[in-house]
Amino acid sequence: MGLRRFIDDRIAPHFHKGGRLERYYVFYEMFDTMLYSPSQTTRAGPHARDGIDLKRVMMTVWLAALPALLFGMHNVGYQANLQISDFGYDPIPGWRTELVLALTGFDPSSLLANLLHGAVFYVPIFVVTYLSGFLWEGLFAWLRGHEVNEGFFVTGILFTLILPPTIPLWQVFLGISFGVVIGKEVFGGTGKNFLNPALVGRAFLFFAYPADMTGDRVWTAVDGFSGATPLAMGAAGELDFSAGLTGVAGTSAGVDLTWMNTAFGGMQGSIGETSTLIIALGAIVLLLTKIASWRIMLSMLLGMIGMVLVFNWVGSDTNPMFAMPWYWHLTLGGFAFGMVFMATDPVSASMTNAGKWVYGALIGVMVVLIRVINPAFAEGVMLAILFGNLCAPLIDHFVVQANVRRRLRRRGAEA
Amino acid sequence: MFEEYLSLFIRAVFVENMALAFFLGMCTFLAISKKVQTSLGLGIAVIVVLTITVPVNNLILFNLLDEGALAWTGIPALESIDLRFLGLLCYIGVIAAIVQILEMTLDRYVPALYNALGIFLPLITVNCAILGASLFMVERQYDFGESVIFGFGAGVGWALAIVLLAGIREKLKYSDIPAPLQGLGITFIIVGLMSLGFMSFAGVQL
Repeated sequence: MGLRRFIDDRIAPHFHKGGRLERYYVFYEMFDTMLYSPSQTTRAGPHARDGIDLKRVMMTVWLAALPALLFGMHNVGYQANLQISDFGYDPIPGWRTELVLALTGFDPSSLLANLLHGAVFYVPIFVVTYLSGFLWEGLFAWLRGHEVNEGFFVTGILFTLILPPTIPLWQVFLGISFGVVIGKEVFGGTGKNFLNPALVGRAFLFFAYPADMTGDRVWTAVDGFSGATPLAMGAAGELDFSAGLTGVAGTSAGVDLTWMNTAFGGMQGSIGETSTLIIALGAIVLLLTKIASWRIMLSMLLGMIGMVLVFNWVGSDTNPMFAMPWYWHLTLGGFAFGMVFMATDPVSASMTNAGKWVYGALIGVMVVLIRVINPAFAEGVMLAILFGNLCAPLIDHFVVQANVRRRLRRRGAEA
Repeated sequence: MFEEYLSLFIRAVFVENMALAFFLGMCTFLAISKKVQTSLGLGIAVIVVLTITVPVNNLILFNLLDEGALAWTGIPALESIDLRFLGLLCYIGVIAAIVQILEMTLDRYVPALYNALGIFLPLITVNCAILGASLFMVERQYDFGESVIFGFGAGVGWALAIVLLAGIREKLKYSDIPAPLQGLGITFIIVGLMSLGFMSFAGVQL
């Protein structure tokens, strides 16, 4: 008996109308549509004959984020192994260390060892995120009588990728719960929210537990480690921007840092955000499938470059961030990840084409403003995108109003 | 000089936003934020009121009420007198008068906005953002020029916040909010999340 037949004959009847488990239909539906495309079709027009439904959109974004996930996992392990083998740090005691020790050991030159060391940190975060996400999604779907949505697949993976690897798991649970419930479900679920739920969750953690979310200690998973991220080094004036693209600009956690390093991703940072090149792979997928808006990406990039050029031109004797060139801004911190995966979220971004230009440029400008003139936060991408989300409905409103006025004028001219 | 004013203005608009950092003027903020057009009108009214009342109160404070402020009269008995205990009365009186004038002006020239704002226009008088700005001016000892900029900036910040909120609420008209949260409940949550977004400005040094 095939799986489909088994589900239809043995399992489905219990959940359909009149069955024993009718009340739990949403959970059956969730797993069924995860395994198979639903066979229902629309009964009344209009009939859209397009294979790209919400599920496939979400799956494409998920796959686009997968390279960043794999590389991130490897990088988490690599950074930790490097510190352990070359600089004499001890691994964080616990089951993770024993597992890695038993299977591969701490060797930064071995792909397998790096991946495993990254996995022991990343996989629990991933599991906790998805379990708690499903818990809340399922609960709301069940109580409110709608179907479980695929939106959470994307929120979940993006949320895990913007966390530091050493974050305690109970905070992961709190963050994703806040993001899903307050950021999304209280507005009615996927597509009804006005802020990006993954960012809401992270911002909540960022302000509630700053010691575990930012600073010098959280980015590399070894015991008692402390080392500034390249972005924080830039703010402290420890980067030499005259080194060009391949010259050594500074020393990060004992390792020489060049611009090429930061583009490839060999540095500390949140799990998925370090490698600009790998993120660019995801960007190509999203742009070719037209799931993410090229207008938002391009305008955010241009906004960032424009603002950086202004700061470079103004200059400052006391603040080294004024002098950071735009290509460093691009590769450091979460800029690339935010630009590709976060700002382009179709629900919380501007909907109109003209609005997307304004929205993207606003975020790009805000990122640079926060990074350069706000010493309270080294990283500005998350907050800038949240601010952009706040402004998006208003931008759309004015674009629509302008359009209405233009058309009224045209009618008036003809009549 | 110019740089100082610019930094004061930006701080008043973003960093110390009346609505989203101090949660002042909440009653009007929540009640008149259903439509962008109306909230824009109210926002402009608040900007006008703040830009006038803060400097006027500043003049009153430093020429009449403050300790030794009456020295300009030349009467020795008045030189050491301290009338600051009359501050609240004077500030609210000034605010009430300005709002009254504004109301008559709107009624005469923009009746549509006057009708849309309804009871909330006279209620600007007791809007805590307005009195709050005057009290901040006293507490921080702004001079006349600074109080003009601060009043204007605080008004712009409050107007920006209410227009943003109205935009979001217009968008959320189509969302499926659980019944117990509909109306003010969800609006409080939205304002909280907006405040989270505005945290990006906290700590900006200018």
